[in-house]
Amino acid sequence: MTPRALRRLPLNTAALLVFVLAVFPVYWMVLTAFRPTRDIQSETPRFLPVSVTLEHFANAVAADGFWTFWRNSLLVTAGCVLLALVVALAAAFAVARLRWRGRRGFVLMVFVAQVAPWEALLIPMYVIARDADLLDRLATLSLVYFMITLPFTIVTLRSFLAAVPAELEEAAQVDGCTRAAAFRRVTLPLLAPGLLATSLFGFITAWNEFAFANMLVIKDQDDRTLPVWLSSFSNVFGTDWGATMAASTLFALPVLVLFLVLQGRVAAGMTGGAVKG
Amino acid sequence: MNPLPRHPRGRRRPLGPALWPYLLVAPTVLGGALLLGYPLVRNLLISFQEYGLAELIRGGAGFVGFSNYRTVLTDPEFWEVVRRTFWWTLVNVVLIMVISTLVALMMQRLGRKMRILVTSGLVLAWASPVIATTTVFQWLFASRLGVVNWLLVRLGFTSFEGYSWLADGPAAFTVLVLIVVWQSVPFAAITLHSALLTVPAELYESARLDGAGGWRIFRSLTLPLLRPLFGLVLCLEVIWVFRCFAQIWAVTKGGPGEATTTLPVYAYRVAQSLHRYDLGAAVSTLTVLLLMAALIAYFRQLLRQEADR
Repeated sequence: MTPRALRRLPLNTAALLVFVLAVFPVYWMVLTAFRPTRDIQSETPRFLPVSVTLEHFANAVAADGFWTFWRNSLLVTAGCVLLALVVALAAAFAVARLRWRGRRGFVLMVFVAQVAPWEALLIPMYVIARDADLLDRLATLSLVYFMITLPFTIVTLRSFLAAVPAELEEAAQVDGCTRAAAFRRVTLPLLAPGLLATSLFGFITAWNEFAFANMLVIKDQDDRTLPVWLSSFSNVFGTDWGATMAASTLFALPVLVLFLVLQGRVAAGMTGGAVKG
Repeated sequence: MNPLPRHPRGRRRPLGPALWPYLLVAPTVLGGALLLGYPLVRNLLISFQEYGLAELIRGGAGFVGFSNYRTVLTDPEFWEVVRRTFWWTLVNVVLIMVISTLVALMMQRLGRKMRILVTSGLVLAWASPVIATTTVFQWLFASRLGVVNWLLVRLGFTSFEGYSWLADGPAAFTVLVLIVVWQSVPFAAITLHSALLTVPAELYESARLDGAGGWRIFRSLTLPLLRPLFGLVLCLEVIWVFRCFAQIWAVTKGGPGEATTTLPVYAYRVAQSLHRYDLGAAVSTLTVLLLMAALIAYFRQLLRQEADR
């Protein structure tokens, strides 16, 4: 070993330890999900895959209502993300590009709303939803998640918008575009990374949300979302850890895939900079 | 809805600059008023009313002044929960901040390959859904066949043979702390690391030439430069940990007994299982008031950062 490598040994060991601690729970989840029951039941755990089975995934998917909850989560999430994107884009445009009275106050309110104590609103939200006959509805959840993600989406889109020079739009307007067309043809494509980044955030928030889903869907169990279903795994699978981990893996998968795919695109979009050329 | 509706050419001038901004932010303002403002006000109202199951079904709740607050504030159980919530916040936040700072400082010193390895590990943990990883931790800490018990027994702590973590108050508390710390460190560490990258290398260079040691450099160079962002992350973590509900509810529902009941869990339990929505609302309002200090500190940091730009 070279002296340099020896000197770096403690540091690299610490780094390796951090990596293992960060990754192990996720690794163990996937490993258990693919592991035959007799290996899970073994008294000494093995840390490397030996034999692989899809049996637990079959059990998880066959569990009561799995597809319904999956679909519910997807619908709620898609509704929240689309609504937040459209509403936030309009607001971000007004804040970043236009001058108007009350703009500073509006921005301040958005910042405040970003850390709104949502957990403290569970009770009034339940009462309001009950009065308005909105309990056990997916649309209600979508609306709540929309509001939870909206402030962050506005703040992020605003900074992405501010990074696109307004002169580009003005040039297009000089060339005869209307302001709307200039925005759509010139700015919107440049904004794609920002839109992706914020939808990723909205997706993760809505997909993971537990407290409101647990509170606002009570009677009609068919309207539950995946997090609530997963949190009650012991009622569904008992101590069948294989099936529980398979269900967890299936739940985590879309987020992890999106994160991997979009992270790259977002970073590439930001560094590539269509403006440069 | 089109974010920028195409307006008829003729009317563009008169309407133009005056009204458009307000039309564009109208949906946001409306959504905020209905979905955030109204529930906040309603929470305050309910906390001053008598609001039980009967009022929930029939309506017609009457105002009772500060009676709910009096009930809550004179209940020793409430103060026990407050004490526990502060303890919970303190333990989690201190662990999160110390570990994240160490990880960020470590990442700064790593070679390229190791840094990418650590970063991707952190991002993976960060991106994993909270309820999924919370479920995994229950498996890791399972009394039978759980890896943690196996490891502890192998290390010589034989009393952990078949140990049931969630049946004992302090043990369940520990498991929840580990879950929350594990889930929170990636964000804090990555943010602090990216802040460290903004410190010019020359500064370190000259400090080292002046003969400053590692700890000295950290204390008088890194820490002051990082203070604004450090403060911001600290406030955010306080807010998140204080408000934490999903993990606690999914793992222990506040139990065993009351051992892991923090304020948000307490409010939920009072409202949902006792059907005392009025008391629950009062607890929620008190929770927000207690959080206020952290929230105000957060905004001061935020405004200072904005001003620095």
